[in-house]
Amino acid sequence: MLDLLRIRLKQGTRTSGFPVAEPEFPERFRGRPEFDPTRCPDGCRDCAGLVPSGLVRPGPPATVDVGACLFSPDEAAACPNGAVTFTPDYRMASSTRSGLCSATGEVELARALDARTRRLFGRSPRLRSVAAGSCGGCEAELVALGNVVFDLSRFGVQFVASPRHADGIVVTGAVSANMSAALQATYDAVPDPRIVIAVGACAINGGPFRGSAEVGNGVPGDLPVDLWIPGCPPHPMTILDGLLRVLGRIDEGSSRSGPRAISPRSAP
Amino acid sequence: MSGFDELGLRNRRSVPLGSVPLEHLEAFRETVLRAVGDGWRLISYFGMPEGSLDTRLMAILAHDATGALGATSTVVGDEFASLTPDCASAHLFEREIAEQCGIVPRGHPWLKPLRRHPPDHLAPGREPLVVDREGYPFFRVKGEEVHEVAVGPVHAGVIEPGHFRFQTHGEEVLFLEIMLGYQHRGVERLLETESADRAVLVAESIAGDTVVGHGAAHCGAIEALARSRKTPRAQAIRGIALELERLANHIGDLGAIAGDVAFQPAASYLGRMRGECLNLLMTISGNRFGRGLLRPGGVAFDLPPAMVSEARGRLEGLQAELEPAARLMLENSSVLARLEGIGGVPREKCLELGFVGVVARACDVPRDVRHDHPYGIYRFSHIPVATAWAGDVLARALVRWVEARRSLEFLLEQLSALPAGAPRVVCGALQPDELVVAMEEGWRGEIVHVALTDDRGELRRYKVTDPSFHNWSAVALAVPGNQISDFPLCNKSFNLSYAGHDL
Repeated sequence: MLDLLRIRLKQGTRTSGFPVAEPEFPERFRGRPEFDPTRCPDGCRDCAGLVPSGLVRPGPPATVDVGACLFSPDEAAACPNGAVTFTPDYRMASSTRSGLCSATGEVELARALDARTRRLFGRSPRLRSVAAGSCGGCEAELVALGNVVFDLSRFGVQFVASPRHADGIVVTGAVSANMSAALQATYDAVPDPRIVIAVGACAINGGPFRGSAEVGNGVPGDLPVDLWIPGCPPHPMTILDGLLRVLGRIDEGSSRSGPRAISPRSAP
Repeated sequence: MSGFDELGLRNRRSVPLGSVPLEHLEAFRETVLRAVGDGWRLISYFGMPEGSLDTRLMAILAHDATGALGATSTVVGDEFASLTPDCASAHLFEREIAEQCGIVPRGHPWLKPLRRHPPDHLAPGREPLVVDREGYPFFRVKGEEVHEVAVGPVHAGVIEPGHFRFQTHGEEVLFLEIMLGYQHRGVERLLETESADRAVLVAESIAGDTVVGHGAAHCGAIEALARSRKTPRAQAIRGIALELERLANHIGDLGAIAGDVAFQPAASYLGRMRGECLNLLMTISGNRFGRGLLRPGGVAFDLPPAMVSEARGRLEGLQAELEPAARLMLENSSVLARLEGIGGVPREKCLELGFVGVVARACDVPRDVRHDHPYGIYRFSHIPVATAWAGDVLARALVRWVEARRSLEFLLEQLSALPAGAPRVVCGALQPDELVVAMEEGWRGEIVHVALTDDRGELRRYKVTDPSFHNWSAVALAVPGNQISDFPLCNKSFNLSYAGHDL
């Protein structure tokens, strides 16, 4: 018993100061990709095919689809002109699919849900996780959101054991043929109004499995997605930032202000 | 033609495809059965189209005591006599062959769908088959007070999809059947058809918590076929990444087991420490799971001196914290009482069915690729194999704990003596008509990638076996006799990958 207390005291509080404090990332962290169109005036017609993902759609002007990004160093290395780089920006969740596409890699960050939906479950949304043709990486980061560092429950957000208890679903994976019926059934079982959150490159456009006969290319078009969270897998802070934005708990102002309260050891 | 064991095949050492025996079915069966009787293990067994109507079956065998590998093959039409009645460890491989190649292993005692998909390695001249993805003939126990509990594919927590069908009598589980395939993404076809730079991204996504393990097996297979020789520095950095992955997952699993018996202090401390390991992988590779680090020819990121000393400092800090947190759990009688005697795997079943990794080592079967088929850094730096004997939840937890400590020691040792050299060398075109077997001891256990090239040096067949492929059968075996309410704890103590099984 004394050991329990002693170790408890030694452990201290390890919860991140987010969203008041900005999270810190190591130098090599690959956050939101950025594209410099001036380095490639022909709109990537010659080289877009060299990028091992759908990150760059040839133009001109070329379109950068952050939703298709696999956050691999090879995507940047494939561009002979060095036009693709990864920034340390972890914020990249958007309310719309088109919000992830731009000429420079800029993302139209997620907006809060409409007032009625937010009034209904803005303070304590209950979510049901549906993994549908994933590698398990995105689920691992969703689970990590529950640990003491990210501590999702302090924002009132919880994953629940039944779609009947849920206000929305979180979809991960490219939606395999064997999961498509179960995904639809889970969605149908969630009472209206409900939200759909697509987490990770697979759920957004098929990710590394795009083109396989056994998967769709992410969440099917007839499920209305309210929040798109890019990543392979997204860092827990990217997911948390997206969730808090859609719930109206972060706007541009608050995420940048405040002291940095995270020690390097417990930084995400 | 030489014997199956005379090819000079070793872990990551390729051989000409022409040297692999091509035997008549009867002789093939005899070769495999005799080898298994002589202490060889069937580590991979798969089919690939041969001509327009036939399928070539390829069996890969491992002799753990000598580190030798063997291979033999046969060509069959639309059916063949199953090995399973005489060699139980072939049972899943033959279900897989039936599904992937659309041929029938005659006499297989449990021929059910494995992942429920149309054949993706069907001989090109054969009629495509239509597969019923929903139909699955569950085994049922009948009796007045027997009832059936169906769980999944969508689970109560944040868990990958799978379906569990329990036959229970009151609280007691009489039988458990596990139906998987929900995560099937067609990984092997993608690895065979995508360009090399995309294939490595697919390999890193076979199982998202085993990015380094599968990435290393893939790179090992490609490098052997390309005759690319990594520098000792690259080998050491790969070893560091693999042991960090093991450390993260073993710590996380210990925490999750504590969570499942409602021992919150250890669950929360160990859960956070798992994150520290992932964060260290992110410092090195830019991604918490080590994505982007391993590439054919070496590693994409070097470890500069400042990062090495930072990593050492962080790991020493972790070592100081980990010991008391794990002891808190593993020396607590109320925790031990919940772990002991639950979910036992008998040693003889492990040997018969070919379980691997932590599951095998927890029932006193000391299998470890790092030790038995050493490669890369493990040829120079040895990690003792950790075993326990009881085969239950506690034994699996103890093996994880011992392995976590040894991984930490290995990491500190490697970081204090990192060899010089380039992190990455060129990895060029693949040799034509060759066979290579790349084995890796991932944190769950033995990963096997087998690659075959055609006469142009293109990949003709790429076979992936995740440790979960074998070990899901161990879960089905361990649960009967326990209360159904202990299923989550049992399952957590295995912590298998759905994605790695389903491919």
